[in-house]
Amino acid sequence: MTGTGKLIRLILRRDRSILPLWAVLLGLVPAGYVASFEGLFPTEADRVEYAQVSASNAGFVTLYGPLHGSSLGELVAWRAGFLPVLVALCALLTVVRHTRTDEEVGRTELIGAASIGRHAPLAAALITTCAASLLLGAVLTAAMLGQGMPAEGSVAFGAEMALAGCAFAGVGAITAQLTSSARSARSIAIVALGVSFVLRVGGDVSAIGDGSLSWLSWLSPLGWVQHLFPYGVNNWWPAVLTILFTLVAASVAAVLLTRRDFGAGLLPARLGPASASFGSPFALAWRLHRGLLLGWTVGFALLGLIFGGVGGSVVDIASDNQGLSDIFARLGGSDALVDSYFAGTAGIVGLIAACYAVQATLRLRDEEQTGNAEAVLSTAVSRYTWAGTHLFFSLLGPAVVLTAAGVATALAYPAGDFGAILAGTLVQLPAVWVLAALAVLTFGLLPRLSAVAWAAPAVCLLILLVGQTLQLDQWFLDISPFTHVPHLPGGEASATPLVTLTLIAAALTAVGIAGLRRRNIPD
Amino acid sequence: MTEAIDATGLVKRFGKVTALDGLDLHVATGEVHGFLGPNGAGKTTAIRILLGLMRHNGGRVTLLGGDPWSEATALHKRLAYVPGDVTLWPTLTGGEVIDLLGRLRGGLSGQRKAELLERFQLDPRKKGRTYSKGNRQKVALIAALASDVELLILDEPTSGLDPLMEEVFRQVILEEKRRGDRTVLLSSHILAEVEALCDRLTIIRDGRTVETGTLTDMRHLTRTTIQAQLAGPPDGLATLTGVHDFQLDHDRVRFDVDTDALEPALQKLVQVGVRSLVSQPPSLEELFLRQYQRADR
Repeated sequence: MTGTGKLIRLILRRDRSILPLWAVLLGLVPAGYVASFEGLFPTEADRVEYAQVSASNAGFVTLYGPLHGSSLGELVAWRAGFLPVLVALCALLTVVRHTRTDEEVGRTELIGAASIGRHAPLAAALITTCAASLLLGAVLTAAMLGQGMPAEGSVAFGAEMALAGCAFAGVGAITAQLTSSARSARSIAIVALGVSFVLRVGGDVSAIGDGSLSWLSWLSPLGWVQHLFPYGVNNWWPAVLTILFTLVAASVAAVLLTRRDFGAGLLPARLGPASASFGSPFALAWRLHRGLLLGWTVGFALLGLIFGGVGGSVVDIASDNQGLSDIFARLGGSDALVDSYFAGTAGIVGLIAACYAVQATLRLRDEEQTGNAEAVLSTAVSRYTWAGTHLFFSLLGPAVVLTAAGVATALAYPAGDFGAILAGTLVQLPAVWVLAALAVLTFGLLPRLSAVAWAAPAVCLLILLVGQTLQLDQWFLDISPFTHVPHLPGGEASATPLVTLTLIAAALTAVGIAGLRRRNIPD
Repeated sequence: MTEAIDATGLVKRFGKVTALDGLDLHVATGEVHGFLGPNGAGKTTAIRILLGLMRHNGGRVTLLGGDPWSEATALHKRLAYVPGDVTLWPTLTGGEVIDLLGRLRGGLSGQRKAELLERFQLDPRKKGRTYSKGNRQKVALIAALASDVELLILDEPTSGLDPLMEEVFRQVILEEKRRGDRTVLLSSHILAEVEALCDRLTIIRDGRTVETGTLTDMRHLTRTTIQAQLAGPPDGLATLTGVHDFQLDHDRVRFDVDTDALEPALQKLVQVGVRSLVSQPPSLEELFLRQYQRADR
């Protein structure tokens, strides 16, 4: 562990802008909810009605988790229920970046040759990330106290977010030991986060139905931290559980580190074929994209199974309570409660598919930055062909994963209309294309700012999460292409927005490709 | 003689930075042409323009008789390129990359690939991420040399290779030269390599061509160092055209003289009377150092 302190300073220096960004900004988000909830539901009675409706709405419970009370604090803490996922994502990315990424590109070797202990880089990454998570929690607590919220609840609320970060810092530390590539380490950690989310959703939604699968939440660190129930029961023992999990994960990572060689993963590098069975640009793109496509397809199928399986609980709630059913009908703008639920989940699935589309598109930029694009373009492959083979996957890949999600949802909910549920998922595709096309546009015209393409799904997520709560203007909601997608099943199926979105996507892609044709490579 | 590469007055600007400022590069078909210059002189930028990866802002350039920007794809079937810093796809094996690049260029010889793998002692079954820098370089070299092309563009191809492999590389290029059906543009910092392989060379500095020609031509442009002990005072020698850095210490003189001025200088020495004489021919190192060092001024 010698030199951990110095390495922590190095991490703080390298991350001096990004670390405060997520630790402070994410910590400030919930405080904004306080005022808006006060405005929306000024009286106790308003809150009780809203809480009753929300607590049994499967779509809400999927996104934000379980709700057990109707105080202002409980509503705000519940509404911030997606935040632990974002904090966990930031934490695991930070840990992998400062462990496996550094090791892969050779920076750790440079440092490891100095008087630095074997475990120091891992310890430094973990300590810094956990400290940043705690800072986030402290900022959140302070902001909530500043809004005049109760002290114990505010501390519990801060702890919920901080511990989500710590737990997944530990997960990132483990995955960083498994493979020699940072990309795989990141992917495995994100899959773990996804599984954790899906387990939490499965358990929580089951709990509002017949409860037979509610134990699933207890398999998920995201479930644990949500069971702190800030401002309600202020349950502290799940916090202890999460801290133990973090310590165990860190220890496991430390042990795995000593069991492997420097630069290697736990899995030995295998020899491959001495000659290629392929030799076309498309076959190369397939080799580069197939793992990503397969992983996302499996993930989407699982997500679909959960969303579909939960559909039954929605029916139970609706048939139990006619009053609630009426309120839902008003809220969802649809007569059929189940329809509105599936339309809601389809929107979530579409947004996640957009993340895949952006990731697949930005592979072009990865290829350019690593120098691989130079090697391919110095052969008889034109820029159009090169970009086209990658865009084939970033445009049609989302169609595959959306189909997987739609089919899985419909299969897991046999009582529903198969075609309508699948259609509800597939109509997201044009909106997904618009976000992919924005990535093509930035890559073609402003390649150095390619990462900005991630802002588009982030903004759409923000609009999805806060748009209706904060009762923002329609023009703001209209920024997201997902706002324009027909809400199926149940809503009005209209081809006009789909055609318009597709045309917008095609135009943006064409401009991006034209830009690529004219610019320097690498830029 | 037809020219494989014909670039005149090439200009390339990146925003306010001028990377190439009127570069001339003429490579005759069938020759091995050395391309030299200090770090940051613009060699890689020039090569990227030749490959149609970047567009030039001024001057004119033809490659294998075509426009490297608009006819890139067609021209690339006839050339192979080895970048200075080779990266490979982490999940593809070396053998797969060699085959892939060869096929993307329009074909490679399996027999030649096998022979080169043997000579460069490369295990083609390893994944890209497990190769060292030298081995990655070998992958790109074998892919280029086994490809069925008429022009090889090699950007510091031996960086990272051990001396044994450098020697193999030299042998292979010499064999190519003997066969005479390929043109090679070789960017390099290794003078012995340039001396052994190149027919002609171009030295660039600050994006401009400062010297071009055969090595013999270039030696002519350099100075011989003369040290002599004289019988009398060397009147008029110091002011002779072509004599530089003249130093007189009692009866000893030391000066540099341009190759063109060697004869009059020696005649002058003989007139005065020579007791002893040491003449040092210009070394390649001096030649390059002189060209490179001007970049610092």
